[in-house]
Amino acid sequence: MSTIEQEMAHAAKGGHHDHHELPFIRKYIFSTDHKMIAKQFMFVSLFFLVIGGLLATMMRWQLGWPSEPMPGGMMLPDAMMAPTPDGAIMLPEFYNSLVTMHGTIMIFFAIMPLLVGLFGNLLIPLQIGAEDMAFPRLNMISFWLAVPAGILMLSSFAVEGGAAGAGWTSYAPLSASGEWTGVYLGQQLWLVSLTILGFSSLVGAVNYITTVINMRAPGMTWFRMPLATWALFVTAILILLAIPILAGALIMLLFDQTLGTGFFRPEVGGEPLLWQHLFWFFGHPEVYILILPAMGIASEVLSNRARKPIFGYHSMVLAIISIGFLGWIVWGHHMFMSGMNPLLGTSFMISTMAIAVPSAIKTFNWLATVWKGDLHLDSPMLYALAFVSMFIIGGLSGIFMASTPVDIYIHDTYFIVAHIHYVLFGGSLFAIFAGITFWYPKMFGRMMNETLNKVHFALTFVFYNLVFWPMHNLGLQGMMRRIYDFTQYDYLAPLQPMNQFISIFVFLLVASQSVYAFNFFWSLFKGERAGNNPWDSNTLEWTVPSPPPHGNFPEMPVVYRGPYEYSSPESDTDFYPQTQPPPSKPSVQALIPEPVTPTPEGF
Amino acid sequence: MNWSWMLPPSFSTVSGDIDGIYMVILWITGITFFITEGLLFYFIFKYRHKEGRKATYDHGSTKMEIAWTMVPLVIVLWIGAISKGVWDTVKVDVPPADLEVIVTGKQFEWTVTYPGPDGALGTSDDFETLNELHVPEDQAVVITLRSEDVLHSFFLPEMRIKQDAVPGQDITVWFEAIQPGDYTIGCAELCGIGHTTMGGTLTVYTAEDFQAWSSSQAQQQQP
Repeated sequence: MSTIEQEMAHAAKGGHHDHHELPFIRKYIFSTDHKMIAKQFMFVSLFFLVIGGLLATMMRWQLGWPSEPMPGGMMLPDAMMAPTPDGAIMLPEFYNSLVTMHGTIMIFFAIMPLLVGLFGNLLIPLQIGAEDMAFPRLNMISFWLAVPAGILMLSSFAVEGGAAGAGWTSYAPLSASGEWTGVYLGQQLWLVSLTILGFSSLVGAVNYITTVINMRAPGMTWFRMPLATWALFVTAILILLAIPILAGALIMLLFDQTLGTGFFRPEVGGEPLLWQHLFWFFGHPEVYILILPAMGIASEVLSNRARKPIFGYHSMVLAIISIGFLGWIVWGHHMFMSGMNPLLGTSFMISTMAIAVPSAIKTFNWLATVWKGDLHLDSPMLYALAFVSMFIIGGLSGIFMASTPVDIYIHDTYFIVAHIHYVLFGGSLFAIFAGITFWYPKMFGRMMNETLNKVHFALTFVFYNLVFWPMHNLGLQGMMRRIYDFTQYDYLAPLQPMNQFISIFVFLLVASQSVYAFNFFWSLFKGERAGNNPWDSNTLEWTVPSPPPHGNFPEMPVVYRGPYEYSSPESDTDFYPQTQPPPSKPSVQALIPEPVTPTPEGF
Repeated sequence: MNWSWMLPPSFSTVSGDIDGIYMVILWITGITFFITEGLLFYFIFKYRHKEGRKATYDHGSTKMEIAWTMVPLVIVLWIGAISKGVWDTVKVDVPPADLEVIVTGKQFEWTVTYPGPDGALGTSDDFETLNELHVPEDQAVVITLRSEDVLHSFFLPEMRIKQDAVPGQDITVWFEAIQPGDYTIGCAELCGIGHTTMGGTLTVYTAEDFQAWSSSQAQQQQP
């Protein structure tokens, strides 16, 4: 509490609110303003999203037309492509690098920093009524650790031996020594890059947790916090606890690679399965790191655009928290076929089945939120509804793999590729589109073009499903993942037409993202000007100008109610901002000054 | 293009049970899929914004939430319970072996070691095949799975068998084929540059044909 009092005393003196112009480099490059850092994360991660998408198109060329010359392939170096008179054919080692780097870049450099770096930074201080993060300089460090990590990761394509090629999971012993893959420096750069990125996430997580605990505005109790902030808060705790495990494992693997230690190398007494246990002990919480903020964003948009309170706010919070707990005891479901004691398989199956329940609660509550609503089907809402409908598919397909006997057959096939993309693209990425579109006016003071967004939504939704739905069918036919040329197997050769079908729609899916990119940049300059609150929203970020000034809130906001009081009979309009005082009763209350300290129930 | 959600035919004693659980889950998730997506699209259509529409001011219903917590919980735990039995049959309760072999994965081939005429592994009459596994039908084949270098995953799609091979570990895998024929051996775990080529053939014989094949191999491979 004392921190908030100090902050308020500070604010009263106008401590941080002197609006002198910062020099360019402090304002745009080494900024400590959470909103600028959020934008920095956004631009860098969107760049990586494009890179990740382009890697996928190359992979899909090889899968659609195995070992046929790739258009434009002659422009790539001989270490990646084998030149022939007809054109350049992709080498299997380059294919393995593409598989590895597509996964790594999308997960660690696109989805995670978009959800956590962009929305965590943008929303947490604004939604709880804080002037900035608790540790603004730490926040800046978080971004500036991510940049060199990204540069190292990309540079690994240019080194001898190429980029890492042991899969984004980098299973040892394949990853533990260059003699198995031909990749030495590339794998080491992968390890160093992710270690640095881990520190970036860790620093950010500490900041988010401190900010949410200490810097909520008066009246912003735990159960008045918007679900996006709740989800980001729990996500930050998961990051804080999971990343050190990953960092430890990465450093051990780096030692195996470079110093000749034998943590994971059986020929010197190491244990390959140790890597999998460490990786997935991090990796399964990571899955929830990649979906919880998306759930939070979708909840904000759905409730706002349905003009209806979120259905079951408390159980939504409890579901987020219970996913946060259960996420720690399900990692073994990635390892049913690994050689782990099969008796353990059953325990992990049961815990995995249990974690389906909070996800189901959330889904039903979203459905009930749009039920009897007043649905404004504009682009943020369309993306958010796509999130719900695609998350349902990703959740249901997860049950197949959670069942240990069924997993025997579909493990490591395209079924899992379909599943992860229904969750991470259909789920997380659609929520990211919803979030960027929804908060774009807050970030830039202008609206995105609605028509272009609807075009982008329609193209993406259709192409996306035409790409990833048939991958279920490929998996059921037994096509393994991470395979350079499936036609080498007689029983898989008949799957080529379906693979070509998928590849064609991948190309269209990637190309149609240019609509969003164009709209994004065009609207920066030409978009319709947005007022403070273009969506008639209740939460605190919409009470301040768009974009908010340095220090966010001209004066300390006071919160009177929960974030989802839409269509409340107490309000004349169909929204009821958290800061709007209740109708004054003719009583002595009016004489009592506004509360200036947070209510104790918040702690 | 095969858009079917049915599994391809399978040919081992356990594969019917595995495919059965798959069908149970397919029905449950299929029905849930159509109900939830159907409701979502119906709500989107029915409650789309029109002039004068006002959303219902409603914070939720504990009764409904308890219902849609308990129903999925009971269903997924039931799926877990029926899965456990089949999983134990395939992976835990290994039956007495009618034929024991060693399968060793290394970049990028499978070596199979057979016991030879004396029926015992580790003796001088053992013989080997490369990327071929030959077994008799209706007999429990118990495999000791090994790897010499990195992880591989021994995949018999038509038998519904998959198991990673881990260097430094002997892992027991068993299956019993129910129909003679040629089937696939695959590697399902990324194992390096030649991963894609690490396939082979599983040949299932009648008991007599297997005897004949086995003795001819044993003779050929004697020094």
